[in-house]
Amino acid sequence: MSFDIGSLLHGSGSVGDLLQLIIPATGETLYMVFASTVLAYLIGLPLGIILVVSSPGHILPNPWVERTLGTIINIFRSAPFIILLVALIPFTRSIIGTSVGTTAAIVPLVISAAPFVARVVETSLKEVPYGVIEAALSMGASPKQIIQKVLLPEAKASLILGVAITTISVIGYTAMAGTVGGGGLGDLAIQYGYNRFRTDVMIVTVIILVVIVQIIQSLGTTLARKLTH
Amino acid sequence: MIQIKQLVKKYSSPQGQVMALDDVSLNILPGTIYGIIGLSGAGKSTLVRCLNLLEKPSSGQIIVAGQELTALSSKELRKARQNIGMIFQHFYLLQSRTVSENIAFPLEIAGVPKTEISMRVKELLNLVGLEEKATAYPGQLSGGQKQRVGIARALATKPQVLLCDEATSALDPQTTLSILNLLRDINQKLGLTIVMITHEMKVVKEICTHVAVIHAAHIVENGPVESVFIKPQSDIARQFVSTVFPNDLPADLLKELATHRDSEIVRIQFLGTRASDPIITDLLRTCEVRANILYGSIDHLRSTLFGTLTLELQGSPEQLKEAQHYLTSRDLKVEVIKREL
Repeated sequence: MSFDIGSLLHGSGSVGDLLQLIIPATGETLYMVFASTVLAYLIGLPLGIILVVSSPGHILPNPWVERTLGTIINIFRSAPFIILLVALIPFTRSIIGTSVGTTAAIVPLVISAAPFVARVVETSLKEVPYGVIEAALSMGASPKQIIQKVLLPEAKASLILGVAITTISVIGYTAMAGTVGGGGLGDLAIQYGYNRFRTDVMIVTVIILVVIVQIIQSLGTTLARKLTH
Repeated sequence: MIQIKQLVKKYSSPQGQVMALDDVSLNILPGTIYGIIGLSGAGKSTLVRCLNLLEKPSSGQIIVAGQELTALSSKELRKARQNIGMIFQHFYLLQSRTVSENIAFPLEIAGVPKTEISMRVKELLNLVGLEEKATAYPGQLSGGQKQRVGIARALATKPQVLLCDEATSALDPQTTLSILNLLRDINQKLGLTIVMITHEMKVVKEICTHVAVIHAAHIVENGPVESVFIKPQSDIARQFVSTVFPNDLPADLLKELATHRDSEIVRIQFLGTRASDPIITDLLRTCEVRANILYGSIDHLRSTLFGTLTLELQGSPEQLKEAQHYLTSRDLKVEVIKREL
């Protein structure tokens, strides 16, 4: 129905034309979001774990590691994404072979999301009462066993909510991916909806983004609730 | 079973060094239920946490089952900890695991094969009386049930020692009793050595065979519960004993009694079979004194009877002396209470 409203408002473009723009852009957005979130977790989850276990009074306290890692994460998190996007162009080219396109946009997205993930994971893991960890220590658990059998399973619900938060933030960042030719819904909204006054494109992209965000958030919330006993 | 030798634990704080434990030595024999009682901040929690090295001692030795824990590598220490169970005031169960899975947890850590784990878990559920809660999550259990899971979990690896850190302090009196009974059963059935940290003398009274009183980082007295209850040496121990056996007379009464001449107030304490002897009748028949009963109570220390009787004895100084002598000769602990005039 929204297609019709958009077309009627401006009289320009047909539903077919709109779909031709929207479908590939949606695909690009989903690809960028999920690939970057997964990769960001591959980097950020271990970093978050290290931040927690190396903190004072935890199972492997190491002030040097905690402080260094914390500082690096803060530096990456304070850089505005648009700056990072451009600054990382040489780095992207060196690992992907090109600095333009959807896949190339994933590199800065990951670099920007991973430190965010590390902090989100850190917050979740810190919610596990230290007494539970001490109980495991008193049974002779090794640090590895505590991470695998206590920290991660006990924080599962919170970690899943963190995944939802991260994914949604990444969706926001992908809007800027157009700067390096990444495409996606955000880029479409800027290029067509804003620059070419295609209000229909603007409205539809926004609606699709809202729906995606809603789905991810309710998935996260439902799953987290199921895991809470 | 457990030897603590010259244990010192210092913390550094912004105000300087804080002594949590200052030269603490204790020898805990196999099969005993050893109570460690103290006010909050006395250092008792630190002491029990030093026993499995959750807290690293600043100096001193901890020897459990012949193994000097303070000399072990971290890998050896993990192995040694499987021989020392621990339960906590706030239970600290894994919320994401069912009751069965919580009990299986220490066995998984110890690398016990799966089939063996499920058999052992069944045994333990039976031991603590929670068979029908096997698939429940901790969030669905009452405090007492949670502590039962805690106990089953602590016993899973068949330890020789069980440490209890204020294990009943978060429970109501009824539940406390049932948990204490369970611990006593386990102690008798399995010959387990139990160390209990508590601030409640009634816990000590219920099940402990021995008690150590800890105050301001020192052990001020220790020994079999009977001797500490009957003859507390320190003020702090006396205070603790009076929380379960209150025998202070009201101030008004003392004031009035102070005006009496040729009389004295004595407190008699008796233990075990003495509690059923007709002492007063015998006393009055033997000595020419008159007795006025001011206060009496009878209770139990574990399974032994323990009684207190406060009397005002009236008679000449010679007669009073004779009466005291008679009571002492009957193996009773007699104490003359001072009156201010």
